[in-house]
Amino acid sequence: MKTKMMKSSLLLGAGILLLMSAVSWAQMTKYQEDQRLNMEAHVGKYTGHAKDAEANYRRYCVGCHGVEGDGEGENTPWLDPQPRNFTLGQFKCRSTPSGTLPTDEDLYDTIARGLDRSVMPIWNQLPNQDRIDLVAYVKHFSSKWVTEKPGTPIQIGPEPEVTADRVKAGQVLFQKLECWKCHGVEGRANGPSSDTLQDDFNRPIKPYNFTEGARPKCGSTDRDIYKIFMTGLDGTPMPSFSDNVKPDEAWDLVFYLRTLQPKNAYNEKERAIAKQLGLKPIDPNVPLPASSGGQP
Amino acid sequence: MNLPRRVIAGLLFLACFVIAGASDANAIPAFARKYGLRCSACHEAWPMLNQFGQKFKDNGYQLMNDRDAPIWQNPAYWPVTFRMTPIWHRVSEDKVAVDTAAGPNAGEVQITSHGFDLSGLDFHTGGTLDKNISFYLLPSSDSTGAFHFETVMARLDNVFGSSWVNIKLGKFELDNLLSEKRILTLTGNGGIYQLYHFTPLGDTNFYGQMGDNQLGVEWLGHSYNDRSRVSAALISSNDGTTQLPSGNSYSGFFTASQAFDTGKLGVQRLGFYAMTGEAPTQFLNSGGVPIPGTGFGNKSFSRYGFTGQFYLGKLDFQVVTQHGSDDKYFGTGTSPYQPYPGNVASNALPAGARNPTWNGFLVEPHYVFSPQLIFIGRYEGINMSQQALATTPSDAGNIQTFTIGYRYMPIMTSRAGFAWHNEYNWLRQTKAAPDGTDLTSSELLLGFDFAF
Repeated sequence: MKTKMMKSSLLLGAGILLLMSAVSWAQMTKYQEDQRLNMEAHVGKYTGHAKDAEANYRRYCVGCHGVEGDGEGENTPWLDPQPRNFTLGQFKCRSTPSGTLPTDEDLYDTIARGLDRSVMPIWNQLPNQDRIDLVAYVKHFSSKWVTEKPGTPIQIGPEPEVTADRVKAGQVLFQKLECWKCHGVEGRANGPSSDTLQDDFNRPIKPYNFTEGARPKCGSTDRDIYKIFMTGLDGTPMPSFSDNVKPDEAWDLVFYLRTLQPKNAYNEKERAIAKQLGLKPIDPNVPLPASSGGQP
Repeated sequence: MNLPRRVIAGLLFLACFVIAGASDANAIPAFARKYGLRCSACHEAWPMLNQFGQKFKDNGYQLMNDRDAPIWQNPAYWPVTFRMTPIWHRVSEDKVAVDTAAGPNAGEVQITSHGFDLSGLDFHTGGTLDKNISFYLLPSSDSTGAFHFETVMARLDNVFGSSWVNIKLGKFELDNLLSEKRILTLTGNGGIYQLYHFTPLGDTNFYGQMGDNQLGVEWLGHSYNDRSRVSAALISSNDGTTQLPSGNSYSGFFTASQAFDTGKLGVQRLGFYAMTGEAPTQFLNSGGVPIPGTGFGNKSFSRYGFTGQFYLGKLDFQVVTQHGSDDKYFGTGTSPYQPYPGNVASNALPAGARNPTWNGFLVEPHYVFSPQLIFIGRYEGINMSQQALATTPSDAGNIQTFTIGYRYMPIMTSRAGFAWHNEYNWLRQTKAAPDGTDLTSSELLLGFDFAF
């Protein structure tokens, strides 16, 4: 009987301890969140304050990204792709190496640019101050911004002149890096792996179709495309190629990718060169020239 | 003891009503449903647009991403929104002419009426037919259920890939920066902008009503972020009435505005508008009845002014000014000719007749406490600067009106909008009563405004 009572007391004690820990954890979380509302963001002359963005977040963002910033807004069940979960501190569009936090400017640009192939609108009509405040608010959702610093942005040298040799070299890289496995030999997002791709949450994901004319997710300029494959899109199967591609070679790949796109404001020269060369889609079954280093 | 119980019962009833409203809201405002954005993304408080909503509208109801074409929508998607407003209101108007034993209209009384009522019913359907081809169709009924087409338009957006070339054809709202069709107030006199409909006493020109939707074609251009906007519309001088009732005359409506980012305060916008045109002063008759479409004796009119949208954090001021002028034939209600074919025999104007002119000012402050609660105020003052006849008192027809109110939106999702609305309007028109004294009216309104 005594042993039984002792066991019960122990269980009760453990239960109370657990409950107290839970309460204390919850209080800490709330405390931390309040602390994180002091989060700031800095872009150029602007300083953003998370606490100043609460109303705008509620006005513009909460329907998709949710009150807690966890991507569980009221629209989430109907959206594909799903809204970003800010609490994870993981972002696709970065100028920083894979696995690191983006810079404030990266987030600021994403808000202004919107994300094609999703319902994320272009918020460029918002005052700059509101946007930078929203950046700080987005950051306040994740403790990562307290414990980690953003990665160092990759260095992007001046863009060289587009030449036929560079376009051809880019095509070789396209084959060598096996971009075609997802994006397809013509960039039509129909490579052999395209139907099997999943993001980090095991949700199906489609590769970018270069031929559709949609804006690449993280920007349309040559520098934006350079950044996409040199930093990767975290949380997706698109890796960073910074270890496989030298900075100067990366421009070759940019120029070749431009030839796959329909006519736009950025690819007049590349398309003209491709036409002049009579550039044909790659044939993955044809081995690469030895000078290119063969398959990776 | 009984009173608190009644109060509690009343509160419970109100709570049940609100909750029932919430659970019924399973249909969806068309654009919010399409894009998954809450009302507040596009509306400062619906239906009034904010800068993002204005950009969305200027882009042809497109977010300008690759999901704008309807092919991206689930086939079950139906781009329709219903809007209706059940209300209780009390309307009071003094000095209404009434018949007495002394004869018709020999007396004046104050008339006050109150009770439960309905506004009209709007069926908004709009969106895109394809990327960069948009449409808007709005069959609208009055409170008796009699329908008319308020808006019927198709628009080619971003022609040649340029946001500066957008062409709209049909019946549409003029490009008023402060939109009367998206007005936040609902009372009879406060639910319109007096400045957009003003006519001097005795003036017969009803074609210059910039608050009414008009039939015509509009070109609109805007910068990528919508900071710069410019538009020009050519409209038939029919005041938006179909079947060419007036004749062969046209008017133009022109606007331009520029917005400035002022840091923490927000985005400020300054602009101007001008409406100018000609309209008939008379018709050919058949058996003494005017024949539609035979309007002639065209005379000119104009309205122009400045517009401003000033934001100071949660507080904003919408401002419109106006200088208006009508031809003296309109002002005196004179037909220049006899109503016979040939236009040869002319009528004389009253001695000393001149073009009536006026100046007006409108300021509408809002305090946006949160995206779900907005306080509204408005003052409008319109003063005649020149009467058509020198014998008319210089201030006859002047208007002063103010409106105060608030809208609380307990339910605001990307599926439905629901607002509790409370408003009071007061209006005075100088020397407009039958006995030549001032005419005043007031209205108190409480109601639900819902769109789904």
